[in-house]
Amino acid sequence: MAEIKNYTMNFGPQHPAAHGVLRLVLELDGEVIQRADPHIGLLHRATEKLAENRTYIQSVPYMDRLDYVSMMMNEHAYVMAIEKMLNLKVPIRAQYIRVLFDEITRLLNHLLWLGCHALDVGAMSVFLYTFREREDLFDCYEAVSGARMHAAYYRPGGVYRDLPDHMPQYQNSRFTRPSETHRLNENRQGSLLDFIEDFATRFPGYIDEYETLLTDNRIWKQRTVGIGVVSPERAIELGFTGPMLRGSGIEWDLRKKQPYEVYDKLDFDIPVGVEGDCYDRYLVRIEEMRQSVQLINQCTKWLRDNPGPVISDNQKFAPPKRTDMKEDMESMIHHFKLFTEGFHLPKGEAYAAVEHPKGEFGIYMVSDGANKPYRLKIRAPGFAHLASLDEMTKGHMISDLVAIIGTQDIVFGEIDR
Amino acid sequence: MSDLNKLISNLKSTFPQATVNKKFDEVTLSVHGNAVIKILKKLKTGSHFKFIQLIDIAAVDYSQYPQNPFDESRYAVVYHLLSLKNNQRLRVRAFIEDNHFPVIETATTIYANADWYEREAFDLFGVMFLNHPDLRRILTDYGFIGHPFRKDFPMIGNVEMRYDPEQKRVIYQPVTIEARNNVPRVIDEEGFRNG
Repeated sequence: MAEIKNYTMNFGPQHPAAHGVLRLVLELDGEVIQRADPHIGLLHRATEKLAENRTYIQSVPYMDRLDYVSMMMNEHAYVMAIEKMLNLKVPIRAQYIRVLFDEITRLLNHLLWLGCHALDVGAMSVFLYTFREREDLFDCYEAVSGARMHAAYYRPGGVYRDLPDHMPQYQNSRFTRPSETHRLNENRQGSLLDFIEDFATRFPGYIDEYETLLTDNRIWKQRTVGIGVVSPERAIELGFTGPMLRGSGIEWDLRKKQPYEVYDKLDFDIPVGVEGDCYDRYLVRIEEMRQSVQLINQCTKWLRDNPGPVISDNQKFAPPKRTDMKEDMESMIHHFKLFTEGFHLPKGEAYAAVEHPKGEFGIYMVSDGANKPYRLKIRAPGFAHLASLDEMTKGHMISDLVAIIGTQDIVFGEIDR
Repeated sequence: MSDLNKLISNLKSTFPQATVNKKFDEVTLSVHGNAVIKILKKLKTGSHFKFIQLIDIAAVDYSQYPQNPFDESRYAVVYHLLSLKNNQRLRVRAFIEDNHFPVIETATTIYANADWYEREAFDLFGVMFLNHPDLRRILTDYGFIGHPFRKDFPMIGNVEMRYDPEQKRVIYQPVTIEARNNVPRVIDEEGFRNG
């Protein structure tokens, strides 16, 4: 009889199911994975080193490009670390805006995750639906910051500017019929908050649509139930956070346990899984989306009734008003100093973490008192999750590997940094 | 915040050799690199602590830190721990004595997820982890030379990559760009902002 040996297979770095540039070296016994060795770093841009050579404000846009599907959450951790060290108070309205956009970002991330995960496992249509909804959310990003994705909207001390009173509208062009333009503009007649509210009323229905397509779908269940099971003890041991930890049944959410901004004033629930398999993590994320809608509704309601400043008035750290700069010498000097030299952080170190859609996203900042960080360390949730890939895939088939990569919600921007 | 004070007094009584300090509502335990594994083990299992999750490991190169307060140690490894039971965070900083060949024992025996974090610290800072099961580079290119996050490594790097049409393959050559710094690094003197 012929001698049967394990053989090694290369997967990636360019592979549609790898969600970016993941190279895996797989050791297979037939179709069963014996060992998976992820080779990462193909998207390494040395963000931490770059940040050491830039002022604090200049690094904000780099944060967008870490986890490039949940942009504002990355900024959030970064500005929180700065605010912690400066003891800078953020106006309450800015805190609500941050929570609002954190939850919009969570929806953006989970929608992309859901679409791509379903696509990997063989359900094409979900992808098309989720991307339709993502467009609306990108429009919210664009309305506040001018950029659809890389917003650079959160600043130390608040947010860049207040929510706009008018939602930008589609214009007639040679390529669209006027009736079509009119239809697209129907929910864009009022302010941004009206648009978000309209979205939040429509969106739970969309989630039901996704669930109709997937939750009881036999193929979906065959591909996810019992796949990639992680016990609660092991999930903690492996450094899991976010939905990966909650999918294993551990109720741990920084928004509840170590509340930041105004999460302690808002009403929402933390879903947890039971089995710790891919299916449970799917259910957890779906429920998280529903909770996000609730949070968005509470924020829009509050924001409607409570106008106010959206960035700190401490001009040593936050820029002065444009109109003041034209007339007031001191404001002009502040502006000049802030955008050339930048502000200084006191000597010391701090760690700030947010509940990112993928888990705990943290920034560890070491300052020597200069206008640039001495060392910046980014704690990316996906890094810990991908590190467990070997353990999670052992004994599974190659096709399950794809489901496990999907369920880990891998994005290389944050893993490779 | 009484919880933090309790944590500090527990730390002080359990680890008399280490220094504990609190700043920005965060507790840092500074220890010697040789002792860190024993300390981490106690922090994980000790009934007062229960820091069962390792959140992150960061290496820090203190060589250009003004008035390096850390006894001339160039490298430190910083562990961020989380206790889910007590809802507390702790930072453990271990100084490595040898500045030329930094070695510290691996934490993989205590926290399984230390594996990749230590590979990263080795890759970017050249900190060696004794008894690590698989200490390979992780983020930099195959065959990369040097440890890019050390303070003496230039930000623009040493080599660049391009396709060479004559040799018909990708080659490495010394960098052709120049380092540029538009905003100088400024450290204010003591009390400068306070007038």
